[in-house]
Amino acid sequence: MENLKQILADALSAVAASESESALDDVRVHYLGKKGALTALLKQLGNVSAEERPKFGQMVNEAKDQVQEKITERKASLAKAALDAKLATETIDISLSGKGQEVGGLHPVTRTMERIETFFRGIGFDVAAGPEIEDDYHNFEALNIPAHHPARAMQDTFYFNPTTVLRTHTSPVQVRTMETTQPPIRIICPGRVYRCDSDQTHTPMFHQVEGLLIDENISFADLKGILQQFLNVFFEDDLKVRFRPSYFPFTEPSIEVDIMRTNSKGEESWLEVLGCGMVHPKVLEMSGIDSEKYTGFAFGMGVERFAMLRYKVDDLRMFFENDLRFLKQFK
Amino acid sequence: MKISENWLREWVNPDISSDDLVAQITLAGLEVDEVLPVSSAFSGVVVGEIIAAEPHPNADKLQVCQVSDGAETFQVVCGAPNARPGIKIPFAKIGAVLGADFKIKKAKLRQVESFGMLCSASELGLSDDHDGIMELPAIAKTGEDFRAFLNLDDQIIDVDLTPNRSDCLSIAGLAREVGVLNKADVTPVKVAPADVTIDDAFPVRVEAVDACPRYLGRVVRGVNVAAQTPLWMVEKLRRSGIRSIDPIVDITNYVMLELGQPMHAFDLANLSGSIVVRMAKKDEKIVLLDGQEVALRDDTLVIADETAPLAIAGVMGGEGSGVNEATKDIFLESAFFAPLALAGKARSYGLHTDSSHRFERGVDATLQEQAIERATALVLEIAGGQVGPITHSVNEATLPEAAVVTLRRKKLDQYLAMSIDKDLVTDILTRLGLEMIEVTDEAWSTKAPSHRFDIAIEADLIEEVARIYGYDNLPSSMPQAAVNFTPLSETKTQIQVLRSILVSQGYQEAVTYSFIDPVLSKQFLPNIEPVPLANPISADMGVMRPSLVPGLVKAYLYNQNRQQSRVRLFETGRRFIGTVDALADLDQQQQVAGLIAGARHAEAWYHGSEKVDFYDLKAHVEAMFALNDGGKPTYERSKCEFLHPGRSADIFLDGQFVGLMGELHPQLAKELGANQPIYVFDIALAAVLNAKLPEYEAVSRFPEVRRDLALLVDRSVPVSELERVISATAGEALKNVLVFDVYQGQGIDETKKSVALGLTWQHPSHTLSDEEVNNSVEKTVAALSEQLGAVVRG
Repeated sequence: MENLKQILADALSAVAASESESALDDVRVHYLGKKGALTALLKQLGNVSAEERPKFGQMVNEAKDQVQEKITERKASLAKAALDAKLATETIDISLSGKGQEVGGLHPVTRTMERIETFFRGIGFDVAAGPEIEDDYHNFEALNIPAHHPARAMQDTFYFNPTTVLRTHTSPVQVRTMETTQPPIRIICPGRVYRCDSDQTHTPMFHQVEGLLIDENISFADLKGILQQFLNVFFEDDLKVRFRPSYFPFTEPSIEVDIMRTNSKGEESWLEVLGCGMVHPKVLEMSGIDSEKYTGFAFGMGVERFAMLRYKVDDLRMFFENDLRFLKQFK
Repeated sequence: MKISENWLREWVNPDISSDDLVAQITLAGLEVDEVLPVSSAFSGVVVGEIIAAEPHPNADKLQVCQVSDGAETFQVVCGAPNARPGIKIPFAKIGAVLGADFKIKKAKLRQVESFGMLCSASELGLSDDHDGIMELPAIAKTGEDFRAFLNLDDQIIDVDLTPNRSDCLSIAGLAREVGVLNKADVTPVKVAPADVTIDDAFPVRVEAVDACPRYLGRVVRGVNVAAQTPLWMVEKLRRSGIRSIDPIVDITNYVMLELGQPMHAFDLANLSGSIVVRMAKKDEKIVLLDGQEVALRDDTLVIADETAPLAIAGVMGGEGSGVNEATKDIFLESAFFAPLALAGKARSYGLHTDSSHRFERGVDATLQEQAIERATALVLEIAGGQVGPITHSVNEATLPEAAVVTLRRKKLDQYLAMSIDKDLVTDILTRLGLEMIEVTDEAWSTKAPSHRFDIAIEADLIEEVARIYGYDNLPSSMPQAAVNFTPLSETKTQIQVLRSILVSQGYQEAVTYSFIDPVLSKQFLPNIEPVPLANPISADMGVMRPSLVPGLVKAYLYNQNRQQSRVRLFETGRRFIGTVDALADLDQQQQVAGLIAGARHAEAWYHGSEKVDFYDLKAHVEAMFALNDGGKPTYERSKCEFLHPGRSADIFLDGQFVGLMGELHPQLAKELGANQPIYVFDIALAAVLNAKLPEYEAVSRFPEVRRDLALLVDRSVPVSELERVISATAGEALKNVLVFDVYQGQGIDETKKSVALGLTWQHPSHTLSDEEVNNSVEKTVAALSEQLGAVVRG
């Protein structure tokens, strides 16, 4: 009995002292193998009195189990230590950049145009497109801009010949839509437009989004409501907006929309952002729409102006220089 | 148009502040651009009188003046050459402030004490004139505060009027509008017919009656052109940005500003025979007031005498016929020219005058007599003279008629989504000068006043009511409309998705001008005649781009010059090929174009700076086409002039040419100054936005079998040919052909290349036997050998 305790204690300390799987195996053979010390004790069972035999047998088996268990445990812990050591050698610098292509970005004008489109698509407007080299009927006449109007003078419009121009606005797309579609019409027309003007605040090409809604009973109130909502949504702000009488040949009444801006000194001022109005009855009639039955409104905005306000760009010309150091700021 | 607020308030003086007045007219549609002071903000300046002036003992250019302020006399040292006894001048006394850091103190100039300063007009912010001190008229009361004397507590309001509101291009017109907005009384200037003292009249013959329905003339003899224009008039003109010239010219300008009627005065001595209002003869010459000689066109209305044109009607007078220092007798003109007859004419001669600005937009056709009487009265008052009768040449038939317009209650309510009280509507329209022909509950039948020739249709009246009621007072709502359903197309990719494909490959989107340099266009595409602009902004923006590539290459070069060597750009937009003579056939197709150059990856720790090549570009092109499976393009060698002949491809979809790609021609790249190879693509947008609706095909349960082939084949044989032959002969169960290695060089014949291909078979309904696969391989190898001379590598 004393012998068993001693052997067990020796065995357990040998397990604990083993530093490798093979050493552990040696310990196992030494104590649990066929000729092992604990196995030998079982063979001595015959020397024990019949009365004590079952108890002694049980104790030896328990000791064997305990040693086996410790061996298994020790084995697992050795394996884990070995793996830990291996993984430790595989440590890398996780602060380094990933491998692969860096992502590019959209032009701020496109970003802005997509924001505008998203709002109007959301309330049921379709997006329409049309040619940029236009005849003067669609660019001017059909919009109630007769031949003598100042807007048709050479300094504003790019001409190819006396009857062919680079569109000065995207309104011809509206005309083309009205010519082929009966109301209800709900469209926006984004795109490039051209004016023969170039200085600090004008580029000969820029972008517009114009919109047109024609249906029965469309009123000035609808125009106010939609544009106020649009400005709030676009600028993510509850803006102070004012509607001011103006003049465009193709709308009557005509309106300019100003928003209140606050500069860094806290001073407030109005800034014009949109032109709009109720579609002139002549414009409807010229494109084959009954102006007694239908009314509508049209609006137009300069995309660059919205982009400048939104992204705090202070130089219009940056939009067309395609300087990567500028473009990469819009990701 | 710039006007003095005080002048406006002489006509109408509502009890509102200047700021409120400015806001009010802006919100009525007469937009105020800016408000300017009429002088600098000086103080402590009075009307002084020089009593004596002696030369300075120690300086040649200075004088020592004795200056009276009405109570006391001060010694002032002055450097102005015109300082002399007897004149009245602005006198800044000790303590006067002329600017933020400019306070007048007692001073000593070359040992002589000076108590104040005599001021020039520029020192007071009145004009740029700093030629000596400002001389005031003798009537100025010595000692009076100078600001009060010149009425300087005023401001200049600059109104930017829209083209339809030329009725407001005068004090009278603005006053009328302000009166309406404030329900305030307007006090117009009193104009009484002048006493006619002589019978002299100069004959007038109007030939162009359509262009000139009304022409009034009057002779005034014995005027004194040397008379001083009174200071009040000079100041009002100055505040409107007009310089004083001589009393007659000043008066015509003044009447134009006051009433809105442009006028002209001729020197009677220079008129021969009679005034003839006619169209110019082609190439007739006239020297204008500004000194330039102009060859006239026959679409131009002129005022002529029996020998030559004297003026371009309503635009500018001629040099030889105007008032000058020697003028004794004048002929005053007050005419109505039809807007359509004058529209665009001034600009066509490179001119723009206050007169043409008004006539082109429209002048009240009933104003001429009032204006000529007003001018006559002022001439008599300032320059004296004997007045002849007015000669009237009127063609009633071509005079504009007042519009009769009906406003229906139903339309008004529908437009504004509210119902404005009937009496209020009547009141607004009446205040605006409209005559009520009949008012019922259903409609207002009205006649527009002669000055509101812009009112022609019902919508115009709706606008007037809305404008005066106030746009901000009108309701706002969201339109109620039936929800609109359109089928959601899945056979067309949204352009946003295409853009994000390119963005994820590292491309930055560019926006380049649609017009490019014609020289650049020819460098890229010598055989395409680009569409030229008639009036380009500059020569290097002279033609519409026939391709997006030149613009992108220019953008590349811009960045290369700014040390950006790794460039990926794309752009979507139209290109223009054809001629505007056949506008319907002009190709204005939308394209997507891209450019890559420099390192394959941004320089980083994990690799060297390997450069992009043709196959990087091809991967991007393939990715666009693979997007939504819009079709499998085929590639053929391109003959495009701006691409490398061996490294470029034309792209076809279903046999149609849709675009091209490749390396920019090295010669062209060198000429343009590129310092590394550039790769570009330019593809019809519609081709890559094409999409296929996916359709499920059962996934086979049976195993795949793969066999690899290593082939030796002539270098000139494209791999796509190998793939074509394999696809045609390897049987229906062939699922995929993969090229996993291409090698040429050491170890094989120098005319050959080695291509390794992986062929995968899978049958939908049974497991393929070795025999079946072997048969397919054998057939394929035989076909490759027979058709392309390919041999299996041992």
